[in-house]
Amino acid sequence: MIKLNLACGTAAMMLACAPSVQAKDVIVSAGEGAQTRLQEALIMAQPGDTVVLEAGTFALSDGLSLDVDGVTVRGAGMDGTVLDFTGQLDAGEGLLVTSDGVTLRDFALENPKGDGIKSKGADDIVYHRVRVTWTGGPLATNGAYGIYPVESTNVLIDGVKVSGASDAGIYVGQSRRITVRNSIAEANVAGIEIENSRDALVENNIATRNTGGILVFDLPNLPVMGGGNVILRRNLVVDNDTANFAPPGNIVASVRRGTGILVMANDGVLIEDNVLSNNPTAHVMVIAYTQPYQDERYNPFARNVVVGENAFGRGGDDPQLDGAEMLVSAFGGALPPVMWDGVTEGETGLTVSEGVTGWSLNLATPGQDPATGQPAPLDVPRPSYSFDASSVGAPAEMEARLTS
Amino acid sequence: MTPRIALLVLAGASLGAAALAAPLAAPQPVNDVAVSQTPLPGKLSDFGFFADQVRQIPAPRVTPYRLNTPLYSDGAEKLRFLYLPTGTSARSDGEGLLVLPVGAALIKTFAFGEGVNRRLIETRVLLHRADGWTALPYRWNDAQTEATLAIAGGRVNLTTPDGEAISYRVPNKNQCKECHGLGGEVIPIGPKARNLSQEWLERMAADGNLDRVPSVADRMPLWEQRGSADSADAARAYLDVNCAHCHRPGATASNSGLDLRWEQDDHQALGIGKRPVAAGRGSGGLLFDIIPGKPGESILVHRMNSLEPGVAMPELGKSTLDKDGVAIVERWIREMHTP
Repeated sequence: MIKLNLACGTAAMMLACAPSVQAKDVIVSAGEGAQTRLQEALIMAQPGDTVVLEAGTFALSDGLSLDVDGVTVRGAGMDGTVLDFTGQLDAGEGLLVTSDGVTLRDFALENPKGDGIKSKGADDIVYHRVRVTWTGGPLATNGAYGIYPVESTNVLIDGVKVSGASDAGIYVGQSRRITVRNSIAEANVAGIEIENSRDALVENNIATRNTGGILVFDLPNLPVMGGGNVILRRNLVVDNDTANFAPPGNIVASVRRGTGILVMANDGVLIEDNVLSNNPTAHVMVIAYTQPYQDERYNPFARNVVVGENAFGRGGDDPQLDGAEMLVSAFGGALPPVMWDGVTEGETGLTVSEGVTGWSLNLATPGQDPATGQPAPLDVPRPSYSFDASSVGAPAEMEARLTS
Repeated sequence: MTPRIALLVLAGASLGAAALAAPLAAPQPVNDVAVSQTPLPGKLSDFGFFADQVRQIPAPRVTPYRLNTPLYSDGAEKLRFLYLPTGTSARSDGEGLLVLPVGAALIKTFAFGEGVNRRLIETRVLLHRADGWTALPYRWNDAQTEATLAIAGGRVNLTTPDGEAISYRVPNKNQCKECHGLGGEVIPIGPKARNLSQEWLERMAADGNLDRVPSVADRMPLWEQRGSADSADAARAYLDVNCAHCHRPGATASNSGLDLRWEQDDHQALGIGKRPVAAGRGSGGLLFDIIPGKPGESILVHRMNSLEPGVAMPELGKSTLDKDGVAIVERWIREMHTP
């Protein structure tokens, strides 16, 4: 058995080390001068190298950054190695990654002043068993995003844990081929957010005690548009009941407390086999973008959204909506699981599997005042739009980096 | 015995005299190997950019320049130089960046204090190598005799011209790229024809260091004359120089959708009536980047007015507020008409 493990390990190492002749481990310990020693290690690393963060708390005064392809940063566990940014003086995030093929694993960031880990234009990135925590709990003064890949292709996020983000715990923006799985997003404004992105698979996560659990949407006036082809499956989306603590002005500040899954202005989203419970506004909300905008490339409609079979528990019983009391009593004490604004572009509106219940505001156009709607039970066709599971998620080749 | 000693003494004396006279009589050329090849030169003096490094007197083919509107760096005085190897020259490219040959370098020293109290804090070099530009930060020692490579950056306690005691940040090598990065490459930011004086460009051309004088129809105003300049010109020049290296397509803050380049004239891209995207708590509860006539309700001004990481803009190299910069941007927004 030991022999077998060794053989596998060697084979995996050889694969991982292929780009560099002499890939090496660079060990960095906590303590005096950690800022300089760690930053130097990140700059001097060669492709294939591993920067090993020893167990302990690294007190950091400035943001860190990594700009070398193919580097692994590995700690001694998400509770063993802590990068403590409580005393951060500079930079917009704790760690910035701008190179490709980077693996970040087994360490934590605490109390970054801005975002936690931002990876921008960083393709083929793996986040594995990384924790980002604002230790004071949900506060408007916390940083915006915990795990923040943006403008990247091939993003694999597995087994991370984020809490306290004043915007989104796990935020993937303007990217494609994305997997977010086996992760916990707790006590953020938005737990997991897929924004202006394509080909995303969000599965086996826990989103709890956020204002909203999982959000999928497109915003106008961004370099990358046309989000869609997203599958949300087998997630536990429960007890998302934290009052919204986002500073006004941000899109997530408009998320209603108690939203389980929100789909807004996107094309092709499948919601299936999730467990949703105790989300007091709506388990699933499907809406068009409501704000005025000037951007010819932008499509504000939610198109081809499919709600398949999910396990819906109690919910919709304390909705943060205008006229909530009347609505709740009209529906007999709780709103049904799926809320739709009713706004469709042609025949591309919401469809749901047999037995899925909901209600619609029956609005006609994006941005129409909800007060002018005609709330009624949901009456939409059965799904005919088909999803190809192989077209979403990070490429399978990236899996090897979780075990190497 | 005696003649021999005399001879030795004489030799010593002449050597000393030669050493003293050397910089004046025959200035050493810049070390092109250090500029182009040495992976990470350890000391600023390895490059030989200066005939007298401490006094910042440039070596041959190293030309000082200034920018009409400069980047604010906690009030630091900046000494800028351009090095062009023998037999090369820069090329004009319209109003934009001068095209500099491989082997060229840009050198910028940051200093605080006046006259005899002037302290050199750091010197940043941008080296044009065969595989692209490399940015390296050098930090001056306390004795003010040498600057050594500080790839991880550092912090220096100092007092600004306004009398504020601050922890000044020397950027790390990667942070150089955060501002100098465009489309994955490192590029210069400062020496754009539109932000250089006509006289300097003419002299460069006359000296054979520039292929021709670029014609600039829309030159950025001189910062010290901003009071009499059109507020839009002065503010837009300021935003281009201080913000647009990140806030433009292909650069570090491209994902914000905010494009503050001088040549951008789309209102949304400039932030007018634009909602924030990834500002997080940086929005300060405000709804738009810029609201015409209302600087106090514009996120842009709010973030310029903050020193808190996560809110403050720029994110790097800012330990103090640029009151003059804020003032000109406020004036521009106040005088702006609703589009």
